[in-house]
Amino acid sequence: MQPELKQQELLSLYETMVLIRRSEERLSRLFGDGEIPGFLHLSIGQEAVPVGICAELQAADTVASTHRGHGHALAKGVDLRGFFAEILGREEGLCRGRGGSIHVADLRVGMLGANGIVGGGLSLALGSALAHQVRRSGGVSVAFFGDGAMAEGLLHECLNLASLWKLPLVFACENNGWSEFSPLSKQFAARLGTLGPAFSIPAELVDGSDVEAVRAAACRIIALARGGDGPQILECKTFRWRGHYEGDPQKYRDAGDLADARSRDPLVVSGAKLEAMGIGADRLRALERAVEARIEEAVAAARLGREPEYAAAAADVYTQASGGAHG
Amino acid sequence: MPLQPPMYIPRHQGARMAETRYGMAINRALADAMQADASVILFGEDVAAPGGPFAVTRGLLAKFGPERVRDTPISEAAIVGAAVGAALGGLKPVVEIMFMDFMTLAMDALVNQAAKAHFMFGGQCSVPMVVRTPHGGGLNAGPQHSQCLEAWFAHVPGLKVVVPSNPADAYALLRTAIADPDPVVFVENKTLYSLKGELADAPQPVAIGCARVAQDGSDATVVAYGATVASALKAAASLAAEGIAVEVIDLRSIQPWDECAVLASVSKTRRLIVAHEAVTAFGVGAEIAARVSELAFGELAAPVLRVGADFMPIPFARSLERDCLPGEADITAAVRRSLSWKPNARIKP
Repeated sequence: MQPELKQQELLSLYETMVLIRRSEERLSRLFGDGEIPGFLHLSIGQEAVPVGICAELQAADTVASTHRGHGHALAKGVDLRGFFAEILGREEGLCRGRGGSIHVADLRVGMLGANGIVGGGLSLALGSALAHQVRRSGGVSVAFFGDGAMAEGLLHECLNLASLWKLPLVFACENNGWSEFSPLSKQFAARLGTLGPAFSIPAELVDGSDVEAVRAAACRIIALARGGDGPQILECKTFRWRGHYEGDPQKYRDAGDLADARSRDPLVVSGAKLEAMGIGADRLRALERAVEARIEEAVAAARLGREPEYAAAAADVYTQASGGAHG
Repeated sequence: MPLQPPMYIPRHQGARMAETRYGMAINRALADAMQADASVILFGEDVAAPGGPFAVTRGLLAKFGPERVRDTPISEAAIVGAAVGAALGGLKPVVEIMFMDFMTLAMDALVNQAAKAHFMFGGQCSVPMVVRTPHGGGLNAGPQHSQCLEAWFAHVPGLKVVVPSNPADAYALLRTAIADPDPVVFVENKTLYSLKGELADAPQPVAIGCARVAQDGSDATVVAYGATVASALKAAASLAAEGIAVEVIDLRSIQPWDECAVLASVSKTRRLIVAHEAVTAFGVGAEIAARVSELAFGELAAPVLRVGADFMPIPFARSLERDCLPGEADITAAVRRSLSWKPNARIKP
């Protein structure tokens, strides 16, 4: 690749990572100020994974996400205003304020939803891959899941079925080492790298803090899945900077672990590469300021949004109301 | 399996009706739906090459090929979850869960994913899928292969639940369920698979939520669904010999259920018995009794009575299972209790 092209490409990846980072930092402040009800799970520190993978996806490709799904949504290209409006519980939100942070979805861009159930997105991605296969859409489906989902039986069912049917499905594991409040060592006796081959699925491990490494691996793997080679596993070693949820005191975690997490900041890793390519710090700052302005604009619009309409929600339990009494 | 295989009955040229078994009516509905719409696909345990554990899907693999008719591993959670994802991806999957008892393994996919996606995503999408599953006892299949769990699903906003009682309804409701944009749990009583009934060459559609008056009557109303409709009709026939005219309503669908049809009948007969094979406690009968009491208390000449299975796991031994499940005699007795009820009298539990 030409150096200029490589530089442009990395800059674009960097920008999306900044979008996720700044959006989540903004969400954290909004949550702290009481503007966001419910729970909030942040993926700060993990941005390189969704950005590296989604950079290799096309518009018709689909992703199923997790409870820590803001990065997947933004990397897949959901509407930023609709994203903030949803998390602030507004009618203008992507889900009209009915889902919130843990259910952000935008089917228009192939984002099949964050998911409140650990591992819940796996079988949705499996079915989406089946639809790609049956409809010969040429599309692939990506199941994002955390290491916490490795202990869910559904993962093992999905690995097996995807392999038997040679589905165009990428199992993208964000291994941040923490299953909610417990370390991976107490959660999972095997390793994904050996589990994959048990189901005849190739498994690759990648540095999930290096967006270029993630993208390069995703490029190979997605091409295989798209080309009919069946499902693939991409395990991304990454770090969760924040608690399981915002407000989690993280008493289960020592200072060294947190320092380790911060030592591999995807923005620093890519920022250093960009600077080595001759992109000055001032240009990166300008890029960040532009992203921050977009976010502030989305937040301001969301704050002006309407309360969701109760009657519309009540009338929308079904797509097609059937005659008779529901309840 | 102890059931007889479905019998193919040739239809005469130009004949409007033919006698068809319940299982075969479902088979024909699946075939016709797949013929009419290429997005309809079928998968489940042993539904393709083996033709289904109750032979309901026999011949569909040969007709529609291995891409659209698929055997799955024994992975109920992945089967139903994949159906949700496939429905979001533009297909209309019809999946089979071999026994309703095994729906326990697929609850997340159905309850948390399928039922909620349309609402939770703000109406962005629909989840057009059908889960076919057999329920019910009568085969001495024991506690884990005999349950009627339909009330669980009727309790979940976003799901529709239908329970046809005869071949014609099985055909028509399955076609409606497949065409419906929402997730439908399609419940087939195992003892009905070999039941014969008339099925038109060009069957009329039946809407979900629309009950059927199976027997006219003016003295008491028995509301039933699925295999219990036949028991109610037998009870009505035996009571008719004594001059008691029982109206039998076949609900056909329990989520939603046809409140208007039930209220219309109650306003005529003023007595209501709800009968089903599922355990009585916290069941469909409880919901209907409560609603009718709320809406039509003044119309009632007697309390609403319920007939259902006793509150125990469905036992294996013939005698135990027989005594646990409700039958014609229980419905007859309930009608008599309703008719003999007097104001200020206490009905013995």
